Amino acid sequence: MNTAVDTRSRTGEGVTTGYRPDGRTGLPAVDVQRKLFTTRFKADKGSHLAIKDPEVCRDCEAKPCLYFCPAEVYKWEEGRITIAFEGCLECGTCRIGCPFGNIDWRYPRGGFGVQYKFG
Amino acid sequence: MPEKFDVIVVGAGPAGITAAYCLAREGLKVILIERGEQPGTKNVMGGVLYRQMLDEIIPGFWKQAPLERHVIDQQWWVLSEDSALKVGQRTAVHDREPYNAFTVLRAKFDRWYAAQAVKQGALLITETVVTRLLRDTSGRVIGVETDRPDGQLLANAVIVSEGANTLVLEASGLRARPRADTMAVAVKEVISLPREVIENRFQLQGDQGAVIEFFGDSTLGMVGNAFIYTNRESLSVGLGAMISDFQRRRVRPHELLERFKQHPVVAPLVAGGEPKEYMAHMIPEGGYEAMPPLYGDGFLVCGDAAGMVIAVHREGSNLAITSGRLAAETVVEAARAGDFSARRLAAYREKLQASYVLQDLRQYRHTTPVIEKIPQFLGVYPSLVNRALQEFLTVDGVPKKVKEKKILRMILKERPVTALIGDAWRAWRAFI
Ligand SMILES: Cc1cc2nc3c(=O)[nH]c(=O)nc-3n(C[C@H](O)[C@H](O)[C@H](O)COP(=O)(O)OP(=O)(O)OC[C@H]3O[C@@H](n4cnc5c(N)ncnc54)[C@H](O)[C@@H]3O)c2cc1C
Ligand code: SF4
Ligand code: SF4
Repeated sequence: MNTAVDTRSRTGEGVTTGYRPDGRTGLPAVDVQRKLFTTRFKADKGSHLAIKDPEVCRDCEAKPCLYFCPAEVYKWEEGRITIAFEGCLECGTCRIGCPFGNIDWRYPRGGFGVQYKFG
Repeated sequence: MPEKFDVIVVGAGPAGITAAYCLAREGLKVILIERGEQPGTKNVMGGVLYRQMLDEIIPGFWKQAPLERHVIDQQWWVLSEDSALKVGQRTAVHDREPYNAFTVLRAKFDRWYAAQAVKQGALLITETVVTRLLRDTSGRVIGVETDRPDGQLLANAVIVSEGANTLVLEASGLRARPRADTMAVAVKEVISLPREVIENRFQLQGDQGAVIEFFGDSTLGMVGNAFIYTNRESLSVGLGAMISDFQRRRVRPHELLERFKQHPVVAPLVAGGEPKEYMAHMIPEGGYEAMPPLYGDGFLVCGDAAGMVIAVHREGSNLAITSGRLAAETVVEAARAGDFSARRLAAYREKLQASYVLQDLRQYRHTTPVIEKIPQFLGVYPSLVNRALQEFLTVDGVPKKVKEKKILRMILKERPVTALIGDAWRAWRAFI
């Protein structure tokens, strides 16, 4: 069984060149939970991530954190950002990528968080 | 009274471990603080480890270290939607001891390397987060604060080797938060495959290894690239691009990775493999212009924390190792003189300048900014060259003269002559 790849052709409708300014066309839907399932975590009780001011998120039109986070930790639910901190890969991208610096970002306590087996 | 050391090293990656190793070997009392359960459990790299820099420190390390394969084959594939233009080299020279480079998995490698520093006499403390540097009223760095109870430690000098996510430097007022157009985020999977399959697929024998870098369609033209490296019984498959690009394009890194794995020329390389681990890490790609201060009263900054990465050459761990060694040498000299002031530690910058580290970083200082400003480098051109080549290689009874004209028309449709010349000039500037 081929589990790593889906070899279906990607050259389909609306796909013309490799460079598409709108970006999202032709991207496969990915279940990130399945990916995170392969990664080992030692979750702490409390979150190491927090939104500083929920108002700022409400006014943040693009909400890029819903896209650039490689673990889809941030979700927009019922008018606010929720944080699934247990799956955080600690890359730090959201700290740099939130255009309003609205994420209070610290490391999990020493020894907690992601535990790479291979790295 | 908090305990006092000669030197505190923040972070056990290649930079910090090297510094601790070299300092302990000279008899200094050094503590190496790491937030992970073990050194390496938080670390990600492609990763190609170049031999020479570490061999200078531990001669023959490659005979005992946990390495994957020695690299004999390096390739660069320029991808369009459905094709790849390939360049590369396979050389018998790199198949001979002491070898040129190895593929590594950081969780194993860092743990081994840190153990060597401990053997030299360094004290390694894991599961401990350094929260900020301690400074006296004059601003001189005198120690660190950690997340442990009574977590303050003092030292004559602190070496900051915390990696790309520079929380300690920022919390200590030594640098501002990096901009999104100077930082890349990369995702990677380790995909297991039987040894024989890897060796057949990549035409390798024994512990020979191959590495491929992919440009163009692999990142949808965003500034970055994808890679596949061979390990003993797995492939490291990943890609990265600037955080500012992910912001703008609303592309998820893992969607891009999956799309890359499905590319018709890539899919056969990873087919049948089983994903074993998914990970993400930042890479500081701002280069020379984005570097923080490298030293000051009582502190020095090494490796990724100092922005020492040359992205176009996939170099980072080697600069981390060399800078860690040079920082240690500087501190050893400072200890002899009993002077840890910025004036004395300035010798670190001079040593870096005399080495390839700052020379190469200076040479490539325009690369990322230029590529960022010209989206067609990784957007339009990869698709253009592949279409031109396809046209040329398709034998269909059309006379060659007609084909040449068609290719030229196709190119000029995408980029007018003046733009082509401008791009060529800027590309030349970027690398020289
Ligand atoms: C996907 C990817 C592929 C790469 N490929 C290559 C490659 O092929 N070849 C190459 O040479 N380079 C490559 N690099 C770059 C290379 O990984 C880095 O340049 C190198 O790891 C830098 O070493 P460092 O010691 O400075 O930082 P790191 O390796 O990041 O080490 C920093 C250490 O400090 C610890 N730490 C951080 N903050 C704290 C704190 N506050 N308290 C305590 N501990 C802390 C971390 O847990 C970590 O162990 C790649 C990077 C990535 C992300
Ligand atoms: S990007 Fe920042 S401000 Fe915008 S929604 Fe996300 S966390 Fe809130
Ligand atoms: S650190 Fe990385 S993985 Fe964690 S929430 Fe931020 S972007 Fe997501």
